Amino acid sequence: MTEVLLDIRGITKRFGAVTACEEVSLTLRRGEIHALIGPNGAGKSTLIGQIAGSLRPDAGSVWFDGHDVTALDTAARARAGLARTFQISSLAMEMTVLQNAVLGALGARGRVMRFFRDVMRDSALRAVAREALDRVGLWDVAAHRVGDLSHGQRRQLEVAVALTQAPKAFLMDEPMAGLGAEGSARMTRFLDGLRQHAPILLVEHDMDAVFALADRVSVLVYGRVIATGAPDAIRRDARVREAYLGDEALP
Amino acid sequence: MRAETLLNACVLLALAAVPLWAWVADEPFTITLATRLAILALAGVGLNLALGLGGLVSLGHAVFFGIGGYAMGVLASHAQSYTPLTDWPVLIEGTKSMPVIWLVAMGASGLAALAIGALSLRTSGVYFIMITLAFGQMFYYFAISWPAYGGEDGLSIYVRNGFPGLNTLDPIQFFALCYAILALALWAMARLMRSAFGLALVAARQNAARVEAVGIAPYRLRLVAFVLSGMITGLAGALFADLNRFVSPVMFSWQTSGEIIVFVILGGVARLYGPVVGAAVFVLLEHFLGGLSEFWHIWLGAVLLGVVLFARGGIIGLVVGREVRRD
Repeated sequence: MTEVLLDIRGITKRFGAVTACEEVSLTLRRGEIHALIGPNGAGKSTLIGQIAGSLRPDAGSVWFDGHDVTALDTAARARAGLARTFQISSLAMEMTVLQNAVLGALGARGRVMRFFRDVMRDSALRAVAREALDRVGLWDVAAHRVGDLSHGQRRQLEVAVALTQAPKAFLMDEPMAGLGAEGSARMTRFLDGLRQHAPILLVEHDMDAVFALADRVSVLVYGRVIATGAPDAIRRDARVREAYLGDEALP
Repeated sequence: MRAETLLNACVLLALAAVPLWAWVADEPFTITLATRLAILALAGVGLNLALGLGGLVSLGHAVFFGIGGYAMGVLASHAQSYTPLTDWPVLIEGTKSMPVIWLVAMGASGLAALAIGALSLRTSGVYFIMITLAFGQMFYYFAISWPAYGGEDGLSIYVRNGFPGLNTLDPIQFFALCYAILALALWAMARLMRSAFGLALVAARQNAARVEAVGIAPYRLRLVAFVLSGMITGLAGALFADLNRFVSPVMFSWQTSGEIIVFVILGGVARLYGPVVGAAVFVLLEHFLGGLSEFWHIWLGAVLLGVVLFARGGIIGLVVGREVRRD
């Protein structure tokens, strides 16, 4: 059992003349929250895409749990234990909250090619789904159509579906996006407790949340990681201030 | 009971009651009309699996309908002329047995769907529509230019194929057979819609990225759905050929593909009984308006336009509204 669960080794991605990621290396250790910050257009989404498997890097490799997963697609990486939440809620909108959660549990369990048994009466899958929905506080609306949920509830459901996958690591793309102060605070408390289950690679714009949660912070600017370190060190880092944080007072 | 379940039960009962009445009243033509309806509905049930649940707008389902038809035509024509299909490396003879023909029809259309799906499903949207259409046209022109089985003129089978224990030449008995198959397909489809596979397939239609993110590859789901879909439509093709005792390349034409899509859209995309209701409207319009004018398709077009514009969820959606499973 290695300390490092997710190991990104020098990945580079170019789109024509634009280099979106240049020799990016990062690690995610067990039990930590590693925050990835950077100004808009720094290449965060491209990086997330390459880690999750939707984009193939031009160079470098992605190692997960001791295996090179660079050649695996998104679904295979998810089955290996990498659960992703999306910046813009990405759910089956016409289905119910419970159906989305059961889908997550089904993906983790496998055996999808079952054509006759009623999946919503599968007590094992339901139990996993119920536990995840309970934990994010969505069990009360389990029978609601996702399209009828509020924005905040959809953000919570994104996390709940990731929970149903019982992942080894979470890859979260701006879970606080659009949540408002109170919602952000609640999500921050929730993620704080989550790191014991599995480490989180957290892309986030909400600096209060980042500095409250992160064990380590990496700063991505123009496709390069310009600094990695403890929140305090990052706060004091002159290059980071210059490149990204400006002269604002940091929390 | 849910409103849609009630409506479905009524449709299924009506489809049995009308031919039974016609049988008592000695109106064989009405029975044939109902048989035609049941068979076309079955073809639609097949397409609905790909188009409705999977979101795969296939403009090439005539391929499977045609393969089913020609499976019947080829096997039965060899049987009626007492010539084997081939005697090397093994002797394969024709047959007049419906169960054997159905198996061949479903196997052949399943294989064709596997090949076509494996290639087409690498694309999506309008490219998928175009590729499936192109495959359809390939089969169409192949059938036209294949003289061994009638080419453009098609192939007539003089006596309807047999089913153990039934006299298939009796309209009501052949109807009962087709009706039973349709009911069986609807039952299997209802199960499939609630199954693990159905959940994942529908989720992949609504949001493929979500399905991938939980570890399920949408391509495999869609390919399996496409193959099952092709097999059901292929079975319908075999029955359709047996109903008419005739097969021709028209079964492969893109108009046939379009008509099957029309059944699904008229009745209600992804609704279990959508294709049945759609095929019913089609067959009734064809019968009543077709008697008045050969340009009856204008009225079909008007109905289709109305449904598409004003009734999302087709006629079933119009009657019972949107349904979301609540458990």
